[in-house]
Amino acid sequence: MLTKKILISAISALSLTLASNAVFALSAEEQKGLDISIEAKKRDLGWQDSTADMLMLLRNQQGQESIREIKMKSLEVENDGDKSLTIFNKPRDVKGTAFLSFSHPVDADDQWLFLPALKRVKRISSRNKSGPFMGSEFAFEDLSSFEVEKYSYKYLGVEEVNGLTNFKVEQYPVDENSGYTRRIVWLDTLEYRVHKIDFYDRKDSLLKTLTFSDYKQYLAKHWRADKQEMINHQNGKSTELKWSNYNFKTGLTDSDFNRNSLKRAR
Amino acid sequence: MSFSIKKSLTKTVKLSVTALAVSASLLLSVPLSANEVASDLEFEASGNIAVEQRYFFKEALDPQQLSHSQTSLSVEPELYWQWNGGDDSVIFTPFYRLDSQDSQRTHGDIRELAYVHASDDWELRVGIRKEFWGVTEFQHLVDVINQTDGVEDFDGEDKLGQQMINLSVVNDWGIVDVFLLPGFRERTYAGEDGRLRGPFVVDEDNVSYESSAGQQHLDLALRWAHSVGDFDLGAYWFHGTNREAYLSPSSLNTSQPSLQQYYSQMDQLGVDVQATLGDWLWKFEGIHRRTTLDDFWATQAGFEYSFIGVFESNVDLGLLMEHSWDSRGEVALGAQGSLMQNDLFVGARLAFNDMQSSEFLMGFGSDLDHNAFSFLIEANRRFGDNLIASFDVRLLQSNDKNDLLYTLSNDDHAQFSLAWYF
Repeated sequence: MLTKKILISAISALSLTLASNAVFALSAEEQKGLDISIEAKKRDLGWQDSTADMLMLLRNQQGQESIREIKMKSLEVENDGDKSLTIFNKPRDVKGTAFLSFSHPVDADDQWLFLPALKRVKRISSRNKSGPFMGSEFAFEDLSSFEVEKYSYKYLGVEEVNGLTNFKVEQYPVDENSGYTRRIVWLDTLEYRVHKIDFYDRKDSLLKTLTFSDYKQYLAKHWRADKQEMINHQNGKSTELKWSNYNFKTGLTDSDFNRNSLKRAR
Repeated sequence: MSFSIKKSLTKTVKLSVTALAVSASLLLSVPLSANEVASDLEFEASGNIAVEQRYFFKEALDPQQLSHSQTSLSVEPELYWQWNGGDDSVIFTPFYRLDSQDSQRTHGDIRELAYVHASDDWELRVGIRKEFWGVTEFQHLVDVINQTDGVEDFDGEDKLGQQMINLSVVNDWGIVDVFLLPGFRERTYAGEDGRLRGPFVVDEDNVSYESSAGQQHLDLALRWAHSVGDFDLGAYWFHGTNREAYLSPSSLNTSQPSLQQYYSQMDQLGVDVQATLGDWLWKFEGIHRRTTLDDFWATQAGFEYSFIGVFESNVDLGLLMEHSWDSRGEVALGAQGSLMQNDLFVGARLAFNDMQSSEFLMGFGSDLDHNAFSFLIEANRRFGDNLIASFDVRLLQSNDKNDLLYTLSNDDHAQFSLAWYF
């Protein structure tokens, strides 16, 4: 028994050394990039749960527009990815459709879709990260919660965006199913809010640019942009996201994120 | 399980559900000021109106049937009220279809008229509702609560509203649903003038039941469903009126022989499993049904594999394959049995992921015991923000006179529909 205990502590000591070695193996730029991302995540912790309305405006090259109206409910989960419930209201033919997701930092997310016409709950593959969300220029992975473990990092320097000094950090997706080779993210040095993201496709050419504007602070802590604009440089299409009715700490619990709540989501 | 145990179980469950329903309604009737209720009440109206045009390629087998063209109009509004922040709600979804040719297809139904109360770990649902079970695509074997609205479409996915009291309890080890189902709905069939029917018309007026309670028999179902890692599991027991009627010819001597419906009592055990492993979805459904006339097993099993973004586009391609098996094997036409006793289905689904949500689905079914096949194409896309256009083609062939498909082999058709969603 005693030997087993010693063995276990020896193994944990060894794995600790390995872990810290791995950290020390990062270059100064990689370490700084990681630190900035950890700080950005840390500053937003503790929101517990939130609800918000999202309006998506899809525009094609000819300027034709199409609307998506969506309600989002999210639950912060400690030591794991967040839970979210996405409820579709427009276009009208998908009204009542709802999407439940348990995200995980590294493992595949668990996702279910409720189809109101058949009253059917369908577990779906979460491999589809790179595909378009509702025909928009946002991919599924662009809308999932930010987790530090999803990327490796490299600090590129400081640049001015929206009149603010920004850190410029390069992020490399860990997941091989990501549609990107890398993203370049600009976060202001004051509040660590994301102002701009450049997305590079699998061939490493610039695919899209996402800009954030109209930031508002909630509960004197959490910053949310009311407007996000995604421009696809390769096909000339764009999608604008407008957020409204942000509410935090509304009292949502695990029981608001199960199969039953998915079926009656409105 | 012996009859007496079953009976007492039925009684106990019934009693406890009734008790719960009563206490819930007492709880809910805690006096609130009128203002509070009024300010909290939210109302929403939505729904769709659709026109559908069918064209049958060949002349009908029976001269009474419509020859080529069938037009219909349908409307399905949905009215929804909620209060207490959505914890209490009432939904009302009537449906009506007007058909140019088939008087049986001109019909209405209350798809939903139900009150739902949601608490943290339980829900009570009372009224007319729709409940779907299952994981497979080509046949919905385990789906048993609602009767099929057979006159609506060929795929059996349209269902009639079912009266129920349903208590759903969420536990760490899964969701348990108890259903009390008072009042049975008879299946709808194409009428004399309608296509997509066998040589004999199913008599809608001459219906008999095994139970002396007839349509008033109280059916019961108990289901458990849970997600464990990559697996979604479900299992249930259903006790009550068989949703599938035994059809027998009334009298062959008359000039107008018809089929009489007989609804037996049944006990059915069912399981459904889906494993979601990366790009693969593995699916299994199995049932064991026992009636006074029948005792059999049936399964539906297969997979779905998705290619994300084929040819460096935004298009997703899904490939599907499923096999149906029924322990009763091949049966003569008219005898009770399954069309899908040893059938293989393959399908391909293209999702274009464009602004218009364009989709294309192709399916092929083949009977491995004899020469019979079915082929279907479904395509649809959105025009503007509210209009959905769909185009379907269904081809049915069989060389075996025992096969139901043989009697439908003149019913190959194309269907175009436009639905306005509001």
